[in-house]
Amino acid sequence: MKLSELFKQGKFVITCEVGPPKGIEIKKILDELEPLRGKADAFNVTDLQSSVMRVGSLATCRLLKDRGLEPIMQLTCRDRNRLGLQSDVLSAAVLGIENLLCITGDHPKLGDHPAAMPVFDLDSVQLLSAVKSLMNGKDMAGNELEGQPPQFALGAVVNPGADPLEPQIIKMAKKVKAGAEFFQTQAVYEVDKFADFIEKVKHLKVPVMAGIVFLKSPAMAKFMNENVAGIHVPDEIINELAAVPKEKRVEKSLEISARLIKQLKDLCQGIHIMSLGWERHISTVLEMAGL
Amino acid sequence: MLYTENKPIEEILESLGKEKNIFLLGCNGCAEVCETGGEKTLSAMNIELEKAGKNVTGTCLVDFLCNKMLVATRLAREMDILQHSDSILVLTCGIGVQAVSKVINKVVHPAANTVSLGGLQGLWPAEERCQACGDCALDYTGGICPVTFCAKSLLNGPCGGAKDGKCEVDKEKDCGWQLIFERLQKVGRLENLKKVRSPRDHSSMLPSSQLRKTSFYDLEG
Repeated sequence: MKLSELFKQGKFVITCEVGPPKGIEIKKILDELEPLRGKADAFNVTDLQSSVMRVGSLATCRLLKDRGLEPIMQLTCRDRNRLGLQSDVLSAAVLGIENLLCITGDHPKLGDHPAAMPVFDLDSVQLLSAVKSLMNGKDMAGNELEGQPPQFALGAVVNPGADPLEPQIIKMAKKVKAGAEFFQTQAVYEVDKFADFIEKVKHLKVPVMAGIVFLKSPAMAKFMNENVAGIHVPDEIINELAAVPKEKRVEKSLEISARLIKQLKDLCQGIHIMSLGWERHISTVLEMAGL
Repeated sequence: MLYTENKPIEEILESLGKEKNIFLLGCNGCAEVCETGGEKTLSAMNIELEKAGKNVTGTCLVDFLCNKMLVATRLAREMDILQHSDSILVLTCGIGVQAVSKVINKVVHPAANTVSLGGLQGLWPAEERCQACGDCALDYTGGICPVTFCAKSLLNGPCGGAKDGKCEVDKEKDCGWQLIFERLQKVGRLENLKKVRSPRDHSSMLPSSQLRKTSFYDLEG
């Protein structure tokens, strides 16, 4: 099922993120998604997230599909040139994958193979255009594809907390023009700021899914504030989490996330949960948020 | 030597757009030898622009446009004319265009593509870098190179990784796209960013067999 169809039906769409393992024992992470069957609409499978070498998105997406779970294949520009990217897009279609999320990708220097060559032959806007072209039956060089062209729902990302925000919005508009049909955002903790962002991109008339990252500890929140672009966890939230005893942290953290989801729900068309190892808590948060 | 080739006049006129008053600035170093700078090319460009209905406000030749001190000192004499010009068309390599953009608060347009840095460079004393990509985009980015200033060489705007104006790869390095954004804001050309740039043609980085046979490329050849 294409995500774009769900948005067309007016559904509030819920997606969760899955990080493939470093190693080939993949059953555990797939089993952890079982409680979300029927609750999450689709699962983003990351493409060597944080530039760390691991099992690929394509294979994991197919395994999800085999279990009857809807995958969204993340595709970054970091590791493949236009030949590799287009070929993988066709491979995804052959394997029945219907949702693609096209992103630039982190620089290899941030990951576990910092000496790797950064490819970035295409950027995210150009990748979206390339996939769109394949969907119209032609490759980037203008050669005709044989037979039926592939069809996907195309997604992209945006960082509503970026400073300055204007270049992000200009690029978002380019992504829409290139074919993006929905957007997932970086983690949101400031509802007012997110509301301002939504106001500024209203004219693009494209579904936006607010990003949710569970705060595992006050230290994690502080780390993100210092190191992650466009994320700002306000002091009130950090203090709220720090104020409870350690054994109550998980409960409190889930409560904070559920509250954020409730506050964000009316501002956007869906939420995207990046649980970072806390997959087992997602269904609780969704219930607490009334979803 | 930095080897450059003239951009097609159609591309130059398209990039000048509605700008009427153009100042011509040519390099007398490597670009003179490649006939992308120097007296002869400057005069030819002058005629082409007038033919296209532009008003050439002034012309100036500088020995090495990659030397910012030299450029700033020489252009100081032309300030009056420059103030009444819409933009500067710079007849030189990618380093030279970036150097000019750095010393004067004016819109700059490159007139050439830098194809090869060869073995020997111009003066090139500062931070500007050119990768000799063969398809100069400095016009669209306000004279700051996205290929060399952005760690990912992105052409359509910033990734989401910069924090406090610094690159995700190195906290001490400015985000190239932040610099480009600020520069375009300063010269009133933010709308440039709305244009979708096509993927690069990496084959234009390969010097042609014709060029490889010349002394521009191989001094011993």
